Amino acid sequence: MLFQLTSEQQMIQLMAREFSRREIEPIAARLDREGAFPWEILKKMAQLGLMGMMVPEEYGGANVGTVSYSLAMQEIAYACPSTAVTMSVCNLACEPLVVFGTEEQKQRYLVPLAKGEILGAFAVTEPGAGSDAASVRSRAVVQGDHFVLNGTKLFITNGSYAGILVVIVRTKEQEAGHRGISALLVEPGFPGFSVGTVEEKMGLRASNTAEILFEDCIVPRENLLGEEGDGFRIAMSALDSGRIGIASQSLGMARACIDEAVVYSKQRKQFGKYISNFQAIQWMLADSVTEFEAAKFLTLHAASLRDEGKPYTKEASMAKLFASEMVNRVAFRATQIFGGYGYIKDYKVERIYRDARVTTVYEGTSEVQRMVIARQILKGV
Amino acid sequence: MEIVALMKQVPDTETQIKVNAEGTWIVEDEIKWIMNPYCEFGVEEALRTKEKFGGTVTVVCIGPARAVEAIRTALAMGADKAVQVDDPAIWGASDSLGTARILAKVLEEIPFDVIFAGKQAIDDDMAQTGPALAELLGIPQLTFVNGLEWVDEKTIRVNRQVEGGTQVVECKLPALITCQKGLNEPRYASLPGIMKAKRKPLDTKTLSDLGLDPSEVGKAGQKTEILRVELPPPRQAGKIIEGETPEEKAAELARLLREEAKVI
Repeated sequence: MLFQLTSEQQMIQLMAREFSRREIEPIAARLDREGAFPWEILKKMAQLGLMGMMVPEEYGGANVGTVSYSLAMQEIAYACPSTAVTMSVCNLACEPLVVFGTEEQKQRYLVPLAKGEILGAFAVTEPGAGSDAASVRSRAVVQGDHFVLNGTKLFITNGSYAGILVVIVRTKEQEAGHRGISALLVEPGFPGFSVGTVEEKMGLRASNTAEILFEDCIVPRENLLGEEGDGFRIAMSALDSGRIGIASQSLGMARACIDEAVVYSKQRKQFGKYISNFQAIQWMLADSVTEFEAAKFLTLHAASLRDEGKPYTKEASMAKLFASEMVNRVAFRATQIFGGYGYIKDYKVERIYRDARVTTVYEGTSEVQRMVIARQILKGV
Repeated sequence: MEIVALMKQVPDTETQIKVNAEGTWIVEDEIKWIMNPYCEFGVEEALRTKEKFGGTVTVVCIGPARAVEAIRTALAMGADKAVQVDDPAIWGASDSLGTARILAKVLEEIPFDVIFAGKQAIDDDMAQTGPALAELLGIPQLTFVNGLEWVDEKTIRVNRQVEGGTQVVECKLPALITCQKGLNEPRYASLPGIMKAKRKPLDTKTLSDLGLDPSEVGKAGQKTEILRVELPPPRQAGKIIEGETPEEKAAELARLLREEAKVI
């Protein structure tokens, strides 16, 4: 296996890097401090095609593939992990529409999503259904030409601002298990839709995470995505590709920490020497870079499998598991290298340290990733 | 409107420059290459002009195979086609005049109403190629332009950065404009643009394709020759002025400025 980026992939990487350094980096610390949603940045990113990267051209996307998506995500996350997760979820919301959407649904929702005219959200998690997606309780009942939807979704990224939400609901009784789960396309303007609590988070403070309430929410029947009972499959396949996104976000954050730590270690003097001369520091840097590289290849491997149309569930979980745990170690070491300054908000590693924490939790916890990986290994035996 | 943007590929501004062993040029091996930032203003202005009046944007670049990267970037930004001149006879042996002669020859075959160029390339900082080309073509040149408006489709009004102020010049087309920082904010290549860039026409020519003799533009045709390049001397460490009281320090500073620095 040889990773040679195509000239297009290199150009996309470079463009995203330039954009990230010039447009996002200078304001990222302020966005974090103020918890401000980066509308202006997102608008510019949409114009560049970063919000629907894998959408076919006929629906307004650039269809650049998963490797390019990963590369761009890494670059955006390098400057602002909050902006990166917003981008990740917008791209994620396009996925099920590309695969399961009717022509009319695509024209209505996918085209504006791909062009970045609206943001997308993907709503699975509920107060009682996190890692166990099959135990979703939000209930949609057919009444004439529409569904009546009741329930609560929790921790929904872009929840307050999404123009379209892919909502995983139950359309059959609880006993039907995951076969009773369907996906609905819900607009925030539908009667009975409301945004509940907007969460105050430890990190990713410039991203939006909200509770969504459905109280007799009226959803037209033509807004059923795929067939009834496809919901679980839709959720699982979106999560697979979402995991490549989070692995890539972790990589971007890790590289930011490494770069910061390298520069700082060559500026900071203790005991009459730059601290980069101490073996203790060198070993931390060496471990960080080695683990970063390993995570990068896992992630690009999963991404290229997806581009080749091959199964990638196990690889996406492995990439997500390793990259998210890696960035937490790398951020920990970077803070350690910065000493007391790493605990101060003036320094980027403090922000990344907080931002990184959630990566082993969301888009499937590390424990769930291990479960998925084990299941994939054991099923063929 | 027929719009031409001249473009040069140069070392990235963040590159650590090393001089070669002979001291005649820089070591090019480990350099990251980019589109000359001033040329980027030119490409952007060319694209804006096309958006205003319609037409075609042709990028013209003299450079070896690696320059294709910068050319693709210009195409990804939105230029329609590109002409590259690549000939071993001119590498490292073409001064600004030689370069301008090649460009003039290329432009015999490309119609143009307006030509945008960078005010200078950030590698050798000559700022000569644009003006020389305008002379060879016999068209007006508007250099160091940091503002531009269209009076009508045939007339532009530009702001030129001049010592201590701005000169406003109105000019009929055809004309050559060299672009200065402040003229515009170059766009990023969009993803659809990047994906389309490879499918856009890129015509690579040699000197003989253009009917040029290497003696006119290569080493033999040079009017200037680079004898030596050297790095700027490393910055000296600062000096801390010692003294018991502010008065003593001030007196010492005055003495040093007079006797050592000889500036007062």
